[in-house]
Amino acid sequence: MSENNKIVPAIELKDVYLSYDDKKVLDGISFTVRKGETKIILGRSGGGKSTIIRLILGLIKPDAGRIFIDGEDITDYSEPELMRVRQKIGMVFQEGALFDSLSVYDNVAYKLHEQGLPEEIVEQEVRKMLRFVELEDAIDKMPNELSGGMRRRVGIARALIGHPQIILFDEPTAGLDPPTARTICELAIKLRDLENVSSVFVTHEMKNVEYLTSEYAVINEKGEVVFEKEGEKLCLINTEVLILREGKIIFSGTDEELKKTQDPYIKRFLHGR
Amino acid sequence: MNLLKLFLYELQEITLLTARAFYRLRKKPRYWREAIKQMDTIGVGSLSIIFLTGFFTGAVLVLQSFQILAYYGAQSQVGRMVTFSLLRELGPVLTGLMVAGRIGSAITAELGSMVVSQQIDAMRALGTDPIKKLVAPRIIALLITLPLLTTAANIFGIIGGGITSKYIFNLDTSLFISSVRDGVTTKNLIVSLVKPLFFGLLIGSISCYKGLSTTGGTVGVGNSTTKSVVLTSVAIIITDFFLTRALQNILGIDF
Ligand SMILES: Nc1ncnc2c1ncn2[C@@H]1O[C@H](COP(=O)(O)OP(=O)(O)O)[C@@H](O)[C@H]1O
Ligand SMILES: [Mg+2]
Repeated sequence: MSENNKIVPAIELKDVYLSYDDKKVLDGISFTVRKGETKIILGRSGGGKSTIIRLILGLIKPDAGRIFIDGEDITDYSEPELMRVRQKIGMVFQEGALFDSLSVYDNVAYKLHEQGLPEEIVEQEVRKMLRFVELEDAIDKMPNELSGGMRRRVGIARALIGHPQIILFDEPTAGLDPPTARTICELAIKLRDLENVSSVFVTHEMKNVEYLTSEYAVINEKGEVVFEKEGEKLCLINTEVLILREGKIIFSGTDEELKKTQDPYIKRFLHGR
Repeated sequence: MNLLKLFLYELQEITLLTARAFYRLRKKPRYWREAIKQMDTIGVGSLSIIFLTGFFTGAVLVLQSFQILAYYGAQSQVGRMVTFSLLRELGPVLTGLMVAGRIGSAITAELGSMVVSQQIDAMRALGTDPIKKLVAPRIIALLITLPLLTTAANIFGIIGGGITSKYIFNLDTSLFISSVRDGVTTKNLIVSLVKPLFFGLLIGSISCYKGLSTTGGTVGVGNSTTKSVVLTSVAIIITDFFLTRALQNILGIDF
């Protein structure tokens, strides 16, 4: 990778506006996600978080503003051109959005099947991804036989297949029990620290923010992945928080800066009162 | 005014969707396997209701008209009358309506629930064009199966008519068959194959459009399914009038 390539951000939104009918959803949003960075987007439900993710994927178009993926302006791209860009992006949907009519195997294999890869390679990749989300046993199940957490993890495996360099998480832990939510955060941390993946992580749970901003993954002497807390040794700089309110970004920075803020709205948001 | 605007908007969107479905076929990937699967569901799956509908329609046609024909001394022509009615009108329209109810609703419900559960978005995110993968195969399957189903309905109807005239009105079977032969003209056959092509296109494009434009969760799926069936049925009946007139002009009106 050239030096120049490192400076080009993975995702960039420049002054993006979007309204539905006469309701302003996004009112001038600009931010960048550098390569290898995780951006956490916080905000009330209905605040436009999913809308931002749908814009990045090109599923909807902004009323004004520009959207760049890997330095490429995708704002005016046609559907076939977007298809090419989307190959670089993995998306984890709010409720999993698994294909009901396909088994877990076929769901995870979907992208590779569409690319027409030989079945041996597909199976190898699918098993690897399901092992990564610790669900190899469920390979032959249908989506309606899975619990919420399992569906979400299959959704993650499906998003990760083909090793996209950008991953978008839309409330991946909503409605899950704390241990499962923790597992999903660990997956995101592993992707960030071990695979150098850039990601946007939408959530409204402060626990997730704490995990993602204070822990990092390393491989120990035995070759196992372990999670360590940041401390004097290391301070995480590859994870930042954005807070969205009424279509505008009212905070952008690290978790340390977030804790120091005096803004009453943000304080209420963080502590729930 | 607002209603007119909505109607024109939907007409435009349905036309665009259909045009895109065909236009995008020129480039790979094309999902033929999906189209064949749909033909199985639509064609083979509808055969039993088409059998019942066709059979009893033919039967009741004879029941209603035999005595009128007999009054004019024309009871030997009952086979021809049944064949005319079925091939030109009742076969295509009733098959269209039955398929709209059975398949159109299923297509709208399926695509609608894929929209509200974000499966369509997931498909696009994974690099597949839902118009190519979902819409085009369904429209193609309907275009191929509806003329076949109509032909089946016509045959079952003629059989139903023949059985009624034999067992209720004691008409000689060979007389019935020979008058059916008089009814199977080239023009009638053309009509009975052209109409279902149009109806298949209507069912496919309206039900796919209604499914893909679903909003508002599971309640929305129910709403768009109802609207899809109503709209398709009305569209079939109205189109039938103009289509009949156009075909009369093109083929020339005669017996
Ligand atoms: N297709 C749509 N049509 C109309 N309004 C929409 C549509 N999608 C989203 N909205 C509105 O946009 C706002 C933001 O939605 P969303 O991005 O899903 O919020 P979040 O993910 O933060 O909960 C909501 O008020 C929602 O009602
Ligand atoms: Mg959302």
